[in-house]
Amino acid sequence: MRFIGQFLRPKSFVYLGIFIVLLFMPKVLPIYQLMLFESGLTFAIMSLGFNLLLRYTGLLSFGHGALFATGAYAVGMMGRYFPELYRIEILIPVALLVSLIVSALFGFICVRHTRIFFSILALALSMVLFALLVKLYDITGGSDGLHIDLPSMFGKSFEGMRRPEFLSGAYYYFLLCTFAVSTIIMLGIVNSPFGKALQSIRDNEVRAEMIGIRVRRYRWYAFVLSGLFTGLGGALWSFVNGHITPEVAEWVFSGEIVYMTLLGGFMVLEGPIIGAILFTYLKLYAVSITQYWMFIIGATLIILVLLLPEGITGGFVRLFSRIKKSEATGAA
Amino acid sequence: MLNVKNLIKDFGKLRIINSAGFKVKEDEIVSLVGPNGAGKTTLVNLISGHILPTSGEIEFFGHDITFASPYRRIEMGIARNFQITNLFENSTVLDNVRICLFSIYGKIKRGLLPASHYGKITQEAVDILDLFGIVSKKDLLPPSLSEGDKKILDTAMAFALKSKFLLLDEPTSGVATGDKFKVMDTIVSAIKREKMACMIIEHDMDIVSDYSDRVLVLTEGAIIADGKPKEVMEQDNVKEILFGVRV
Repeated sequence: MRFIGQFLRPKSFVYLGIFIVLLFMPKVLPIYQLMLFESGLTFAIMSLGFNLLLRYTGLLSFGHGALFATGAYAVGMMGRYFPELYRIEILIPVALLVSLIVSALFGFICVRHTRIFFSILALALSMVLFALLVKLYDITGGSDGLHIDLPSMFGKSFEGMRRPEFLSGAYYYFLLCTFAVSTIIMLGIVNSPFGKALQSIRDNEVRAEMIGIRVRRYRWYAFVLSGLFTGLGGALWSFVNGHITPEVAEWVFSGEIVYMTLLGGFMVLEGPIIGAILFTYLKLYAVSITQYWMFIIGATLIILVLLLPEGITGGFVRLFSRIKKSEATGAA
Repeated sequence: MLNVKNLIKDFGKLRIINSAGFKVKEDEIVSLVGPNGAGKTTLVNLISGHILPTSGEIEFFGHDITFASPYRRIEMGIARNFQITNLFENSTVLDNVRICLFSIYGKIKRGLLPASHYGKITQEAVDILDLFGIVSKKDLLPPSLSEGDKKILDTAMAFALKSKFLLLDEPTSGVATGDKFKVMDTIVSAIKREKMACMIIEHDMDIVSDYSDRVLVLTEGAIIADGKPKEVMEQDNVKEILFGVRV
Protein backbone atom coordinates (compact mmCIF):
# COMPACT_ATOMS: atom_id res chain seq x y z
CA MET A 1 0.00 0.00 0.00
CA ARG A 2 2.77 2.34 0.98
CA PHE A 3 4.44 1.53 -2.31
CA ILE A 4 1.41 2.79 -4.23
CA GLY A 5 1.05 5.71 -1.84
CA GLN A 6 4.37 7.06 -3.01
CA PHE A 7 2.93 7.75 -6.43
CA LEU A 8 -0.14 9.56 -5.14
CA ARG A 9 1.54 12.93 -4.90
CA PRO A 10 0.64 16.16 -6.70
CA LYS A 11 3.90 15.95 -8.62
CA SER A 12 3.02 12.51 -9.96
CA PHE A 13 -0.25 13.83 -11.35
CA VAL A 14 1.55 16.68 -13.08
CA TYR A 15 3.85 14.14 -14.70
CA LEU A 16 0.93 11.94 -15.67
CA GLY A 17 -0.67 15.02 -17.25
CA ILE A 18 2.49 15.78 -19.19
CA PHE A 19 2.65 12.17 -20.34
CA ILE A 20 -0.92 12.30 -21.63
CA VAL A 21 -0.25 15.58 -23.45
CA LEU A 22 2.85 14.04 -25.01
CA LEU A 23 0.74 11.15 -26.31
CA PHE A 24 -0.99 13.62 -28.63
CA MET A 25 2.20 15.14 -30.01
CA PRO A 26 2.08 13.26 -33.34
CA LYS A 27 -1.35 14.80 -34.00
CA VAL A 28 -0.18 18.32 -33.20
CA LEU A 29 3.41 18.70 -34.31
CA PRO A 30 4.46 18.71 -37.94
CA ILE A 31 6.50 15.65 -38.76
CA TYR A 32 9.80 17.47 -38.91
CA GLN A 33 9.28 18.94 -35.44
CA LEU A 34 8.18 15.57 -34.16
CA MET A 35 11.38 13.92 -35.35
CA LEU A 36 13.38 16.58 -33.56
CA PHE A 37 11.37 15.98 -30.44
CA GLU A 38 11.97 12.24 -30.71
CA SER A 39 15.68 12.67 -30.98
CA GLY A 40 15.40 14.97 -27.95
CA LEU A 41 13.68 12.15 -26.07
CA THR A 42 16.46 9.70 -26.87
CA PHE A 43 19.02 12.25 -25.68
CA ALA A 44 16.92 12.65 -22.55
CA ILE A 45 17.18 8.93 -21.77
CA MET A 46 20.92 9.20 -22.30
CA SER A 47 21.32 12.26 -20.10
CA LEU A 48 19.41 10.51 -17.31
CA GLY A 49 22.21 7.96 -17.33
CA PHE A 50 24.88 10.62 -17.62
CA ASN A 51 23.49 12.48 -14.64
CA LEU A 52 23.47 9.36 -12.48
CA LEU A 53 27.25 9.63 -12.67
CA LEU A 54 27.57 13.41 -12.52
CA ARG A 55 24.98 14.39 -9.92
CA TYR A 56 24.61 11.27 -7.84
CA THR A 57 28.10 9.76 -7.94
CA GLY A 58 30.15 12.90 -8.48
CA LEU A 59 31.93 11.70 -11.61
CA LEU A 60 32.08 13.87 -14.73
CA SER A 61 32.47 11.71 -17.82
CA PHE A 62 33.81 13.23 -21.01
CA GLY A 63 33.42 9.95 -22.83
CA HIS A 64 29.74 9.15 -22.74
CA GLY A 65 29.48 9.58 -26.47
CA ALA A 66 31.23 6.22 -26.81
CA LEU A 67 28.55 4.49 -24.74
CA PHE A 68 25.85 6.20 -26.81
CA ALA A 69 27.63 4.98 -29.94
CA THR A 70 27.78 1.48 -28.47
CA GLY A 71 23.99 1.28 -28.29
CA ALA A 72 23.60 2.76 -31.77
CA TYR A 73 26.22 0.51 -33.35
CA ALA A 74 24.80 -2.57 -31.64
CA VAL A 75 21.63 -1.90 -33.65
CA GLY A 76 23.53 -1.08 -36.83
CA MET A 77 25.69 -4.21 -36.67
CA MET A 78 22.70 -6.41 -35.92
CA GLY A 79 21.07 -5.06 -39.06
CA ARG A 80 24.20 -5.77 -41.05
CA TYR A 81 25.04 -9.24 -39.78
CA PHE A 82 21.80 -10.70 -38.42
CA PRO A 83 19.04 -9.21 -40.59
CA GLU A 84 16.71 -12.06 -39.64
CA LEU A 85 16.80 -10.88 -36.01
CA TYR A 86 16.07 -7.28 -36.90
CA ARG A 87 13.15 -6.92 -34.54
CA ILE A 88 12.95 -4.18 -31.96
CA GLU A 89 12.13 -6.61 -29.15
CA ILE A 90 15.46 -8.33 -29.87
CA LEU A 91 17.47 -5.26 -30.85
CA ILE A 92 16.87 -3.35 -27.61
CA PRO A 93 17.98 -6.19 -25.31
CA VAL A 94 21.01 -6.80 -27.53
CA ALA A 95 21.91 -3.11 -27.42
CA LEU A 96 21.55 -3.20 -23.63
CA LEU A 97 23.73 -6.29 -23.39
CA VAL A 98 26.48 -4.80 -25.55
CA SER A 99 26.30 -1.54 -23.59
CA LEU A 100 26.58 -3.56 -20.40
CA ILE A 101 29.76 -5.25 -21.60
CA VAL A 102 31.39 -2.10 -22.97
CA SER A 103 30.51 0.08 -19.98
CA ALA A 104 31.62 -2.65 -17.58
CA LEU A 105 34.98 -2.65 -19.33
CA PHE A 106 35.26 1.16 -19.55
CA GLY A 107 34.02 1.56 -16.01
CA PHE A 108 36.43 -1.00 -14.64
CA ILE A 109 39.30 1.15 -15.89
CA CYS A 110 37.83 4.60 -15.23
CA VAL A 111 36.60 4.22 -11.64
CA ARG A 112 40.16 3.66 -10.46
CA HIS A 113 40.33 7.45 -10.43
CA THR A 114 38.06 10.37 -9.67
CA ARG A 115 37.76 14.02 -10.65
CA ILE A 116 39.69 15.20 -13.70
CA PHE A 117 41.60 11.92 -13.96
CA PHE A 118 38.35 10.04 -14.33
CA SER A 119 37.11 12.51 -16.95
CA ILE A 120 40.28 12.23 -19.00
CA LEU A 121 40.35 8.43 -18.82
CA ALA A 122 36.76 8.29 -20.02
CA LEU A 123 37.64 10.70 -22.82
CA ALA A 124 40.67 8.63 -23.84
CA LEU A 125 38.72 5.38 -23.90
CA SER A 126 35.94 6.96 -25.94
CA MET A 127 38.49 8.12 -28.51
CA VAL A 128 39.83 4.56 -28.72
CA LEU A 129 36.34 3.36 -29.59
CA PHE A 130 35.98 6.24 -32.06
CA ALA A 131 39.23 5.27 -33.77
CA LEU A 132 38.13 1.64 -33.97
CA LEU A 133 34.78 2.59 -35.50
CA VAL A 134 36.52 4.74 -38.12
CA LYS A 135 39.37 2.38 -38.96
CA LEU A 136 37.59 -0.98 -39.04
CA TYR A 137 35.92 -0.05 -42.30
CA ASP A 138 35.00 -3.61 -43.29
CA ILE A 139 33.15 -4.25 -40.08
CA THR A 140 31.69 -0.91 -39.04
CA GLY A 141 31.43 0.92 -42.34
CA GLY A 142 34.13 3.36 -41.24
CA SER A 143 33.36 7.05 -41.52
CA ASP A 144 30.50 6.29 -43.93
CA GLY A 145 28.67 4.78 -41.01
CA LEU A 146 25.77 2.40 -41.26
CA HIS A 147 22.27 2.75 -42.55
CA ILE A 148 19.57 1.86 -40.06
CA ASP A 149 16.54 0.14 -41.56
CA LEU A 150 13.13 0.27 -39.97
CA PRO A 151 12.85 -2.61 -37.54
CA SER A 152 9.79 -4.76 -37.16
CA MET A 153 7.98 -4.13 -33.89
CA PHE A 154 6.33 -6.95 -31.97
CA GLY A 155 5.64 -8.98 -35.08
CA LYS A 156 4.52 -6.04 -37.22
CA SER A 157 6.74 -5.33 -40.20
CA PHE A 158 7.19 -1.80 -41.52
CA GLU A 159 8.87 -2.73 -44.76
CA GLY A 160 8.27 -0.23 -47.53
CA MET A 161 7.04 2.40 -45.10
CA ARG A 162 8.71 5.78 -45.12
CA ARG A 163 10.62 6.75 -42.01
CA PRO A 164 8.52 9.82 -41.09
CA GLU A 165 5.38 7.67 -41.09
CA PHE A 166 7.11 5.08 -38.95
CA LEU A 167 8.33 7.72 -36.53
CA SER A 168 4.98 9.41 -36.12
CA GLY A 169 3.21 6.09 -35.65
CA ALA A 170 3.94 3.10 -33.45
CA TYR A 171 7.56 4.04 -32.87
CA TYR A 172 6.69 7.34 -31.22
CA TYR A 173 4.56 5.60 -28.61
CA PHE A 174 7.17 2.95 -28.05
CA LEU A 175 9.81 5.64 -27.55
CA LEU A 176 7.61 7.69 -25.24
CA CYS A 177 6.82 4.66 -23.07
CA THR A 178 10.47 3.63 -22.92
CA PHE A 179 11.31 7.17 -21.88
CA ALA A 180 8.64 7.16 -19.17
CA VAL A 181 9.75 3.79 -17.84
CA SER A 182 13.41 4.90 -17.86
CA THR A 183 12.54 8.03 -15.91
CA ILE A 184 10.56 6.06 -13.32
CA ILE A 185 13.39 3.54 -12.95
CA MET A 186 15.95 6.32 -12.56
CA LEU A 187 13.72 8.04 -10.00
CA GLY A 188 13.65 4.76 -8.11
CA ILE A 189 17.41 4.32 -8.31
CA VAL A 190 18.36 7.74 -7.01
CA ASN A 191 16.04 7.52 -3.98
CA SER A 192 16.82 3.90 -3.14
CA PRO A 193 19.38 2.70 -0.61
CA PHE A 194 21.67 2.08 -3.57
CA GLY A 195 21.26 5.69 -4.69
CA LYS A 196 21.91 6.90 -1.15
CA ALA A 197 25.09 4.83 -1.08
CA LEU A 198 26.25 6.51 -4.30
CA GLN A 199 25.53 9.95 -2.84
CA SER A 200 27.45 9.02 0.30
CA ILE A 201 30.44 8.10 -1.83
CA ARG A 202 30.13 11.40 -3.69
CA ASP A 203 29.94 13.40 -0.46
CA ASN A 204 32.58 11.66 1.57
CA GLU A 205 34.58 8.85 0.10
CA VAL A 206 36.56 8.20 3.29
CA ARG A 207 33.55 7.88 5.54
CA ALA A 208 31.67 5.82 2.97
CA GLU A 209 34.48 3.30 3.04
CA MET A 210 34.44 3.32 6.83
CA ILE A 211 30.76 2.44 7.03
CA GLY A 212 31.33 -0.59 4.85
CA ILE A 213 30.57 0.63 1.32
CA ARG A 214 32.95 -0.76 -1.26
CA VAL A 215 33.58 2.58 -2.87
CA ARG A 216 35.19 1.52 -6.12
CA ARG A 217 32.76 -1.29 -6.74
CA TYR A 218 29.77 0.99 -6.24
CA ARG A 219 31.25 3.59 -8.56
CA TRP A 220 31.61 0.81 -11.07
CA TYR A 221 27.98 -0.23 -10.65
CA ALA A 222 26.95 3.39 -11.17
CA PHE A 223 29.07 3.60 -14.31
CA VAL A 224 27.52 0.44 -15.73
CA LEU A 225 23.97 1.58 -14.97
CA SER A 226 24.78 4.92 -16.53
CA GLY A 227 26.14 3.11 -19.58
CA LEU A 228 22.93 1.08 -19.90
CA PHE A 229 20.74 4.19 -20.03
CA THR A 230 23.16 5.87 -22.42
CA GLY A 231 23.30 2.81 -24.68
CA LEU A 232 19.53 2.56 -24.67
CA GLY A 233 19.36 6.20 -25.73
CA GLY A 234 21.82 5.48 -28.53
CA ALA A 235 19.89 2.47 -29.80
CA LEU A 236 16.60 4.37 -29.84
CA TRP A 237 18.24 7.37 -31.48
CA SER A 238 19.61 5.27 -34.35
CA PHE A 239 16.05 4.49 -35.54
CA VAL A 240 15.10 8.15 -35.40
CA ASN A 241 18.16 9.31 -37.29
CA GLY A 242 18.23 6.46 -39.82
CA HIS A 243 21.96 6.65 -40.21
CA ILE A 244 24.81 6.36 -37.73
CA THR A 245 28.41 7.50 -38.05
CA PRO A 246 31.39 7.25 -35.68
CA GLU A 247 30.87 10.95 -34.93
CA VAL A 248 28.64 10.06 -31.97
CA ALA A 249 31.64 8.42 -30.31
CA GLU A 250 33.81 11.48 -30.79
CA TRP A 251 34.62 13.89 -27.99
CA VAL A 252 32.53 16.65 -29.57
CA PHE A 253 29.35 14.70 -28.95
CA SER A 254 30.54 13.72 -25.46
CA GLY A 255 30.93 17.44 -24.84
CA GLU A 256 27.41 18.05 -26.07
CA ILE A 257 26.12 15.55 -23.52
CA VAL A 258 27.78 17.56 -20.77
CA TYR A 259 26.31 20.71 -22.30
CA MET A 260 22.76 19.32 -22.33
CA THR A 261 23.02 18.42 -18.69
CA LEU A 262 24.38 21.81 -17.70
CA LEU A 263 21.70 23.55 -19.77
CA GLY A 264 18.87 21.78 -18.02
CA GLY A 265 20.57 21.79 -14.65
CA PHE A 266 22.01 18.71 -13.04
CA MET A 267 20.82 19.34 -9.50
CA VAL A 268 17.38 17.84 -10.09
CA LEU A 269 16.44 14.67 -11.89
CA GLU A 270 14.26 16.50 -14.43
CA GLY A 271 17.02 18.95 -15.39
CA PRO A 272 18.93 16.85 -17.91
CA ILE A 273 15.67 15.75 -19.58
CA ILE A 274 14.67 19.34 -20.21
CA GLY A 275 18.24 20.19 -21.19
CA ALA A 276 18.42 17.37 -23.73
CA ILE A 277 15.18 18.32 -25.46
CA LEU A 278 16.00 22.04 -25.46
CA PHE A 279 19.48 21.40 -26.77
CA THR A 280 18.13 19.50 -29.76
CA TYR A 281 16.10 22.54 -30.80
CA LEU A 282 18.76 25.06 -29.85
CA LYS A 283 21.40 23.34 -31.94
CA LEU A 284 19.13 22.98 -34.94
CA TYR A 285 18.01 26.60 -34.94
CA ALA A 286 21.55 27.81 -34.37
CA VAL A 287 22.66 25.77 -37.38
CA SER A 288 19.83 27.11 -39.54
CA ILE A 289 20.52 30.74 -38.62
CA THR A 290 24.24 30.89 -39.16
CA GLN A 291 27.20 28.78 -40.14
CA TYR A 292 28.84 30.04 -36.98
CA TRP A 293 26.38 28.04 -34.93
CA MET A 294 29.11 26.83 -32.61
CA PHE A 295 29.58 30.44 -31.60
CA ILE A 296 25.94 30.61 -30.47
CA ILE A 297 26.25 27.36 -28.53
CA GLY A 298 29.47 28.54 -26.91
CA ALA A 299 28.05 31.94 -26.02
CA THR A 300 24.98 30.35 -24.42
CA LEU A 301 27.28 28.12 -22.41
CA ILE A 302 29.19 31.12 -21.08
CA ILE A 303 25.96 32.93 -20.17
CA LEU A 304 24.68 29.76 -18.57
CA VAL A 305 27.73 29.19 -16.42
CA LEU A 306 27.88 32.82 -15.32
CA LEU A 307 24.18 33.48 -14.69
CA LEU A 308 22.58 30.07 -14.17
CA PRO A 309 25.25 27.73 -12.88
CA GLU A 310 22.54 25.30 -11.84
CA GLY A 311 20.89 25.36 -15.25
CA ILE A 312 17.35 26.22 -16.22
CA THR A 313 15.70 24.04 -13.58
CA GLY A 314 18.10 25.32 -10.92
CA GLY A 315 17.12 28.87 -11.89
CA PHE A 316 13.44 28.01 -11.52
CA VAL A 317 13.98 26.38 -8.16
CA ARG A 318 15.78 29.49 -6.94
CA LEU A 319 13.08 31.77 -8.33
CA PHE A 320 10.32 29.80 -6.61
CA SER A 321 12.09 29.72 -3.28
CA ARG A 322 12.61 33.47 -3.52
CA ILE A 323 8.92 34.06 -4.26
CA LYS A 324 7.96 31.81 -1.38
CA LYS A 325 10.31 33.65 0.92
CA SER A 326 8.99 37.08 -0.05
CA GLU A 327 5.43 35.81 0.44
CA ALA A 328 6.36 34.56 3.87
CA THR A 329 7.96 37.83 4.90
CA GLY A 330 5.11 39.78 3.31
CA ALA A 331 2.59 37.87 5.38
CA ALA A 332 4.54 38.43 8.56
CA MET B 1 39.00 -10.79 21.05
CA LEU B 2 41.34 -8.17 19.58
CA ASN B 3 45.01 -9.00 19.73
CA VAL B 4 47.58 -6.51 18.46
CA LYS B 5 51.14 -7.77 18.24
CA ASN B 6 54.34 -5.84 17.53
CA LEU B 7 52.55 -3.33 15.34
CA ILE B 8 54.86 -0.97 13.47
CA LYS B 9 53.95 1.93 11.20
CA ASP B 10 56.51 4.12 9.49
CA PHE B 11 55.71 7.33 7.67
CA GLY B 12 58.87 7.78 5.63
CA LYS B 13 61.72 7.59 8.11
CA LEU B 14 59.50 8.49 11.02
CA ARG B 15 58.34 5.56 13.14
CA ILE B 16 54.90 6.55 14.44
CA ILE B 17 53.87 3.23 15.95
CA ASN B 18 56.78 1.37 17.48
CA SER B 19 55.95 -2.28 18.16
CA ALA B 20 52.74 -1.60 20.02
CA GLY B 21 51.03 -4.66 21.47
CA PHE B 22 47.87 -5.12 23.53
CA LYS B 23 44.68 -7.14 23.83
CA VAL B 24 41.04 -6.21 24.23
CA LYS B 25 38.58 -8.67 25.73
CA GLU B 26 34.89 -8.93 24.92
CA ASP B 27 32.53 -6.47 26.67
CA GLU B 28 35.52 -4.44 27.80
CA ILE B 29 35.82 -0.67 27.67
CA VAL B 30 39.41 0.37 27.23
CA SER B 31 40.73 3.90 27.23
CA LEU B 32 43.72 4.84 25.14
CA VAL B 33 45.54 7.85 26.54
CA GLY B 34 48.78 9.55 25.72
CA PRO B 35 50.27 12.95 24.89
CA ASN B 36 49.70 14.71 21.58
CA GLY B 37 51.54 13.00 18.74
CA ALA B 38 51.82 9.70 20.59
CA GLY B 39 50.13 7.92 17.67
CA LYS B 40 46.67 7.31 19.16
CA THR B 41 44.73 8.19 16.04
CA THR B 42 47.22 6.31 13.88
CA LEU B 43 46.56 3.24 15.99
CA VAL B 44 42.82 3.62 15.41
CA ASN B 45 43.48 4.07 11.68
CA LEU B 46 45.52 0.87 11.63
CA ILE B 47 42.93 -1.20 13.47
CA SER B 48 40.06 0.10 11.35
CA GLY B 49 41.98 -0.47 8.13
CA HIS B 50 42.02 3.17 7.10
CA ILE B 51 45.78 2.79 6.65
CA LEU B 52 47.93 -0.33 6.56
CA PRO B 53 50.81 -1.09 8.95
CA THR B 54 54.46 -1.52 7.97
CA SER B 55 54.70 -4.76 9.93
CA GLY B 56 53.16 -6.56 12.86
CA GLU B 57 49.92 -8.39 13.30
CA ILE B 58 46.31 -7.61 14.19
CA GLU B 59 44.08 -10.51 15.13
CA PHE B 60 40.33 -10.29 15.59
CA PHE B 61 38.54 -13.36 16.98
CA GLY B 62 41.53 -15.42 15.87
CA HIS B 63 41.46 -14.13 12.28
CA ASP B 64 44.44 -12.26 10.93
CA ILE B 65 43.08 -8.92 9.74
CA THR B 66 46.37 -7.02 9.51
CA PHE B 67 45.89 -6.23 5.82
CA ALA B 68 42.15 -6.84 5.47
CA SER B 69 40.03 -4.23 3.65
CA PRO B 70 37.91 -1.84 5.75
CA TYR B 71 34.84 -3.48 4.24
CA ARG B 72 35.93 -6.88 5.55
CA ARG B 73 36.67 -5.47 9.01
CA ILE B 74 33.28 -3.81 9.27
CA GLU B 75 31.68 -7.07 8.22
CA MET B 76 33.58 -8.80 11.02
CA GLY B 77 32.50 -6.16 13.51
CA ILE B 78 35.00 -3.34 13.82
CA ALA B 79 33.57 0.16 13.52
CA ARG B 80 34.99 3.60 14.22
CA ASN B 81 34.11 7.24 14.47
CA PHE B 82 36.33 10.15 13.47
CA GLN B 83 38.08 12.65 15.67
CA ILE B 84 37.56 15.36 13.09
CA THR B 85 33.91 14.86 12.20
CA ASN B 86 33.47 13.10 8.93
CA LEU B 87 29.85 13.23 7.81
CA PHE B 88 27.79 13.11 4.63
CA GLU B 89 27.22 16.84 4.45
CA ASN B 90 24.52 16.83 1.79
CA SER B 91 22.36 14.17 3.44
CA THR B 92 20.02 14.76 6.36
CA VAL B 93 20.99 13.63 9.85
CA LEU B 94 18.53 10.76 9.49
CA ASP B 95 20.06 9.67 6.19
CA ASN B 96 23.55 9.79 7.69
CA VAL B 97 22.55 7.12 10.18
CA ARG B 98 20.23 5.30 7.82
CA ILE B 99 22.92 4.72 5.20
CA CYS B 100 25.01 3.01 7.89
CA LEU B 101 22.12 0.69 8.65
CA PHE B 102 21.48 0.02 4.95
CA SER B 103 25.14 -0.82 4.60
CA ILE B 104 25.32 -3.18 7.56
CA TYR B 105 22.08 -4.94 6.61
CA GLY B 106 23.34 -5.43 3.06
CA LYS B 107 20.54 -3.32 1.60
CA ILE B 108 22.68 -0.89 -0.40
CA LYS B 109 22.40 -3.18 -3.41
CA ARG B 110 18.64 -2.54 -3.50
CA GLY B 111 18.12 -0.06 -6.27
CA LEU B 112 14.44 0.35 -7.02
CA LEU B 113 12.32 1.12 -3.98
CA PRO B 114 12.86 4.45 -2.27
CA ALA B 115 14.74 4.48 1.03
CA SER B 116 11.58 5.55 2.88
CA HIS B 117 9.99 2.25 1.88
CA TYR B 118 12.24 0.46 4.38
CA GLY B 119 10.15 1.43 7.40
CA LYS B 120 11.82 -0.83 9.91
CA ILE B 121 15.31 0.45 9.15
CA THR B 122 14.09 4.04 9.14
CA GLN B 123 12.51 3.48 12.54
CA GLU B 124 15.73 1.95 13.83
CA ALA B 125 17.67 4.99 12.61
CA VAL B 126 15.21 7.26 14.40
CA ASP B 127 15.63 5.16 17.55
CA ILE B 128 19.40 5.51 17.41
CA LEU B 129 19.08 9.28 17.00
CA ASP B 130 16.68 9.28 19.92
CA LEU B 131 19.14 7.29 22.01
CA PHE B 132 21.82 9.88 21.30
CA GLY B 133 19.42 12.75 21.96
CA ILE B 134 19.50 14.37 18.52
CA VAL B 135 16.25 13.00 17.10
CA SER B 136 14.73 16.48 16.94
CA LYS B 137 17.38 17.40 14.38
CA LYS B 138 16.83 14.45 12.09
CA ASP B 139 15.77 16.49 9.05
CA LEU B 140 18.59 19.02 9.25
CA LEU B 141 21.76 18.90 7.20
CA PRO B 142 24.99 18.37 9.18
CA PRO B 143 26.49 21.82 8.44
CA SER B 144 23.66 23.43 10.42
CA LEU B 145 24.41 21.36 13.53
CA SER B 146 26.51 22.57 16.43
CA GLU B 147 30.04 21.18 16.71
CA GLY B 148 28.95 19.01 19.63
CA ASP B 149 25.95 17.58 17.80
CA LYS B 150 28.11 16.79 14.79
CA LYS B 151 30.39 14.86 17.08
CA ILE B 152 27.46 12.95 18.56
CA LEU B 153 26.12 12.18 15.10
CA ASP B 154 29.52 10.90 14.07
CA THR B 155 29.54 8.54 17.03
CA ALA B 156 25.93 7.51 16.39
CA MET B 157 26.92 6.50 12.86
CA ALA B 158 29.73 4.30 14.14
CA PHE B 159 27.36 2.86 16.73
CA ALA B 160 24.76 2.11 14.04
CA LEU B 161 27.17 -0.31 12.38
CA LYS B 162 26.36 -2.88 15.09
CA SER B 163 29.96 -3.76 15.62
CA LYS B 164 31.46 -6.04 18.22
CA PHE B 165 34.31 -3.63 18.71
CA LEU B 166 33.86 0.12 18.53
CA LEU B 167 36.77 2.52 18.15
CA LEU B 168 35.92 5.99 19.44
CA ASP B 169 38.45 8.69 18.70
CA GLU B 170 37.77 11.51 21.17
CA PRO B 171 33.98 11.23 21.16
CA THR B 172 33.61 14.22 23.49
CA SER B 173 36.01 16.72 21.93
CA GLY B 174 34.02 19.72 20.80
CA VAL B 175 31.18 18.86 23.15
CA ALA B 176 30.46 21.53 25.77
CA THR B 177 32.24 20.66 29.03
CA GLY B 178 28.99 20.46 30.96
CA ASP B 179 27.57 17.93 28.51
CA LYS B 180 30.60 15.65 28.34
CA PHE B 181 29.48 13.30 31.07
CA LYS B 182 25.95 13.21 29.71
CA VAL B 183 27.27 12.24 26.27
CA MET B 184 29.56 9.61 27.74
CA ASP B 185 26.69 8.20 29.82
CA THR B 186 24.66 7.83 26.65
CA ILE B 187 27.44 6.22 24.67
CA VAL B 188 28.59 3.88 27.40
CA SER B 189 25.11 2.70 28.37
CA ALA B 190 24.33 2.03 24.71
CA ILE B 191 27.58 0.10 24.32
CA LYS B 192 26.93 -1.94 27.46
CA ARG B 193 23.41 -2.75 26.37
CA GLU B 194 24.62 -4.00 23.01
CA LYS B 195 27.50 -5.87 24.72
CA MET B 196 30.08 -4.17 22.53
CA ALA B 197 33.72 -3.89 23.38
CA CYS B 198 35.09 -0.41 22.96
CA MET B 199 38.34 1.50 22.78
CA ILE B 200 38.05 5.19 23.57
CA ILE B 201 40.68 7.81 22.99
CA GLU B 202 40.19 10.45 25.65
CA HIS B 203 42.10 13.35 27.16
CA ASP B 204 39.86 14.03 30.14
CA MET B 205 41.22 11.86 32.94
CA ASP B 206 37.98 12.08 34.94
CA ILE B 207 36.14 10.51 32.04
CA VAL B 208 38.87 7.90 31.66
CA SER B 209 38.70 6.79 35.28
CA ASP B 210 34.89 6.93 35.45
CA TYR B 211 34.05 4.95 32.36
CA SER B 212 36.84 2.58 31.46
CA ASP B 213 37.63 -0.89 32.73
CA ARG B 214 41.22 -0.60 31.64
CA VAL B 215 43.66 2.06 30.49
CA LEU B 216 46.39 1.83 27.88
CA VAL B 217 49.04 4.53 27.87
CA LEU B 218 50.66 5.17 24.51
CA THR B 219 53.72 7.29 24.11
CA GLU B 220 56.05 7.60 21.12
CA GLY B 221 54.23 4.75 19.48
CA ALA B 222 54.63 2.19 22.25
CA ILE B 223 52.31 1.00 25.01
CA ILE B 224 54.08 1.78 28.29
CA ALA B 225 51.33 0.99 30.78
CA ASP B 226 48.29 -1.25 30.80
CA GLY B 227 45.98 -1.82 33.75
CA LYS B 228 43.10 -0.60 35.92
CA PRO B 229 42.67 3.20 35.72
CA LYS B 230 43.53 3.81 39.40
CA GLU B 231 46.69 1.69 39.29
CA VAL B 232 47.94 3.08 36.00
CA MET B 233 47.49 6.69 37.07
CA GLU B 234 49.62 6.05 40.12
CA GLN B 235 52.61 4.82 38.10
CA ASP B 236 55.46 7.32 38.11
CA ASN B 237 56.32 7.15 34.42
CA VAL B 238 52.64 7.66 33.52
CA LYS B 239 52.38 10.67 35.80
CA GLU B 240 55.43 12.17 34.18
CA ILE B 241 54.18 11.64 30.65
CA LEU B 242 50.54 12.59 31.11
CA PHE B 243 50.71 15.29 33.73
CA GLY B 244 54.29 16.51 33.37
CA VAL B 245 54.98 15.77 37.03
CA ARG B 246 58.61 14.92 37.78
CA VAL B 247 58.82 12.23 40.36
